[in-house]
Amino acid sequence: MTEASYLLTILLLIPAAGAALIFLIPASRLSVVRWAALVLTTAAFIWSALLFAWFDGARSSMQFVERVPWFQVDGLNVRYQVGIDGISLLLVVLTTFLMPVAVLASWNITRRVKPYMACMLFLELGMLGVFVSLDLVLFYVFWEIMLIPMYFLIGVWGGERRIYAAIKFFIYTAAASLLMLAGIVVLYYQNGADSFDLIQITQRLAEGRINLSPATEFLLFLAFFVAFAVKVPLFPFHTWLPDAHVEAPTAGSVILAGVLLKMGTYGLLRFCLPLFPKAALALAPIICVLAIIGVIYGALVAMVQPDVKKLVAYSSVSHLGLVVLGIFAFNHVSIQGATYQMLNHGVSTGGLFALVGMIYDRRHTRQIADFGGVAHVMPVYAALFMVILLSSIGLPGLNGFVGEFLILQGTFLSSSAYAAFAALTMILSAVYMLWMYQRVFMGGITREENRLLADLNFREIAILVPLIAIALWMGVSSNTFLRKMDMSVQKVIERVESAREQQIFRVDNRGN
Amino acid sequence: MEINYFALLPEMILAVFGILIMIAVPFVPARLQTRLAWPALVAVLIAAAVALIFPKSAVQEGMLFHDSFGTFCKLLFLFSSGMVMLVSISYLDRAKLQHAEFYPLVLFATIGMSLMANSADLIMTFLGLEILSIATYVLAGFRREDIKSGEAALKYFLLGSLSTAFLLYGIAFIYGATGTTKYPAIVQAVTVSTDRIVTLLLGLGLLVVGFGFKAALVPFHIWTPDVYEGAPVPVTAHLAVSSKAAAFLALVRILYQVLPQLNVHWQTVFWVSAFLTMALGNIVAVSQSNIKRMLAYSSIAHAGYLLLGIVANNREGVQAILFYMVAYALMTLGAFAVVQLIGRENERRVLLDDYSGLGYRQPYLAAALSVFLISLAGIPATAGFMGKLFLFTAAIESHMYWLVLIALLASAIGLYYYLRVIVLMYMHEPGTDTSTAPVPVAAAVAIVIMLVGTFYLGIFPGTFLKLASEAAHF
Repeated sequence: MTEASYLLTILLLIPAAGAALIFLIPASRLSVVRWAALVLTTAAFIWSALLFAWFDGARSSMQFVERVPWFQVDGLNVRYQVGIDGISLLLVVLTTFLMPVAVLASWNITRRVKPYMACMLFLELGMLGVFVSLDLVLFYVFWEIMLIPMYFLIGVWGGERRIYAAIKFFIYTAAASLLMLAGIVVLYYQNGADSFDLIQITQRLAEGRINLSPATEFLLFLAFFVAFAVKVPLFPFHTWLPDAHVEAPTAGSVILAGVLLKMGTYGLLRFCLPLFPKAALALAPIICVLAIIGVIYGALVAMVQPDVKKLVAYSSVSHLGLVVLGIFAFNHVSIQGATYQMLNHGVSTGGLFALVGMIYDRRHTRQIADFGGVAHVMPVYAALFMVILLSSIGLPGLNGFVGEFLILQGTFLSSSAYAAFAALTMILSAVYMLWMYQRVFMGGITREENRLLADLNFREIAILVPLIAIALWMGVSSNTFLRKMDMSVQKVIERVESAREQQIFRVDNRGN
Repeated sequence: MEINYFALLPEMILAVFGILIMIAVPFVPARLQTRLAWPALVAVLIAAAVALIFPKSAVQEGMLFHDSFGTFCKLLFLFSSGMVMLVSISYLDRAKLQHAEFYPLVLFATIGMSLMANSADLIMTFLGLEILSIATYVLAGFRREDIKSGEAALKYFLLGSLSTAFLLYGIAFIYGATGTTKYPAIVQAVTVSTDRIVTLLLGLGLLVVGFGFKAALVPFHIWTPDVYEGAPVPVTAHLAVSSKAAAFLALVRILYQVLPQLNVHWQTVFWVSAFLTMALGNIVAVSQSNIKRMLAYSSIAHAGYLLLGIVANNREGVQAILFYMVAYALMTLGAFAVVQLIGRENERRVLLDDYSGLGYRQPYLAAALSVFLISLAGIPATAGFMGKLFLFTAAIESHMYWLVLIALLASAIGLYYYLRVIVLMYMHEPGTDTSTAPVPVAAAVAIVIMLVGTFYLGIFPGTFLKLASEAAHF
């Protein structure tokens, strides 16, 4: 493995340079700014697609690793270290895939377009940075940096209660991650003040060269876990999410649901499980119960929402609960399913938010009660909405099914009771989504205002077609994606399994 | 005894220029008075160059050290004084305060700070503190016509003299316990015998009061908000940065270099003070409606974070304090520079409400202020984050987990009030007031320097961290 692969640095430089480039364009040239943002995000997507092709799914180690000292004095050694494995590869591709979609979805932003697009690119930099960082400090830097553009996106371009939502979003997530910072530093000293290198620390922990006392491991796990749980958001840390989603501009919601929430589940997979497997095992029952509560609670709350966007927001709580359950069921199938479901949720919920934005642009309301019979006036919209909706509720043949099925299958292997409760999601999500669809699209036209609604234009179709295409592709040929992450998931599982064996071994010894 | 004049050359240059400018003041017409800032800035530049060029030596004889710690501090003070003067030119012009005495006073204050941080004798420390204090008392009341400025000066003077008295009393106790005021001799005396530990501790306690006052540590902070609010903004910046840093760094030297044996005692004291300072500074800052007061409380809070480095009682702690001081100087001076420009003549716009919609009226100033506030809040890619990271690292190395936890909670509160200003600037629509504050070139240059510094320290902290690490040797 070369230590000087620049491939990921180039990936990071595209949005970084892009944000700077956008600032050089005169503010009055709106269309230039928009096209520049679209071209730049598409360029990042093409680059990451190349990475996807070059990535060798047969290896479990990090690939495209680059390692450069960042700053170094006695007692502190921080590196710029990036690299991806199968799990982060897919999330990187998801991120770069959703960015052009989000840029297209914000085409009708007319107020302060330049800073808006710069924020989007800056946001992309932060998100990609989170997924590729292999140094704990670097990871934290990107993790926090990404909050700033999102904060501005919600706060400046958001809806009526945008300021409240923006502050709540920022303070919730930033305060929760502060604990993680302390955890990172403690871990660094447990590593003999040697480095913040994630690969090294994971390996040393696995080999037993760093020995965490059970109490330390427990506390460190919690410090990381809370930061990720807020991001996911796991019940009961979810209260920032509906506010942020509802107030964010359409593209903000797309990215928030599509990528930001995945950062939490990614963190669980990348940090909590491999670094602190014993604590993860010990706490798994509690976390699984919280996840199931999230699944059911999110679905029930979604069911009674009068506002479509809020409905989709709560459905995220439900879906992400399922992902967390998959992760903490600790077997190959369930974790693979969880990772797959992260991608699915990004595509389908991102798509749903984009769809909700389109009708909001026309009617300036998202209340279900204000619609009815929309399918008569907007047939294309109704059809595309249906496809993405079905992908979200897990219709076989579309992507959602594969993820949900794998998670449930895997969870069943670990605990049939969890699986039984979690399977309710299949029913509940169909209930709230289809009921909403029925009230909005079916029947006669109930409101005169809706009679003159224009159907989708070319740009809007261009947003949805790639989403639907990928949903189909992921539903039919899931192996393309599963193959890439197989080994990486295996590695996570092995780490947890070896910790479990050690525990059993210890219990046996005590018995003797 | 032979005197090493090189060690004192920077201070002497400042003094000579200061006196020359003083002499020139009566002969310069009012409208050209502020031009006298330039010779003062030249003096600062020469002094900095001299401090950099002439070799440091660990050998210490007489009243002053000439080590890398002292030089680091000296350069920091020169930098922040230079920035304050650069920013103040337009301020004095617009406020019709064209009295060039301002610049010599800043120079004298800088001499005092530099002597404090380099002092090798308690008497010299006291002298440095007095030189600094007297200059700043006058500076605080520089807006003579303004009643608030007068109030600030009087308050600062009365409480300041009281605290100096405490300091002097402390020195007397230490002299009583050890029979000397020289740092190396005190170290020796404490090592040889600890018979008079009570007297010594009493002396240390009184010293802490004296320095704690200048550094605005809780519970010696009561004067801070009033004085910071009343003083002219450049002076407030000077008090919040240089004066605080001088007291802090002089204290660091005494604790680490002179009385390390007493660490058990002073660690406890500063643990409590750090807790109170961080908690009070951040909590009270939330409810402020005047940005100068808010920044005053924020500066108290930051002194609390800095105390983590003292409590850590290791080399990383000193290194982190030095790094954080630079970061703190950059972001605080930057924030005050913007506040001063927005405030305009007579500081009419210093309420938070005056910042509504500023992001659209004055995008550059608002963007700069946002960066400084984000850095103060400790968000990555800025100097403030790196500084905090180093302080926390040092404290965790000494297993000060609870204190770090408190610091984290305090930073979380801090997020709220720093963000609130950003919210006002960008997320509230501009009100009826559409006038814009002019941005003079000198101030703009200073703000750009501070911005670049804030990002440089945040993204490439290596260089400065190395310097701080070298300076952390005593």
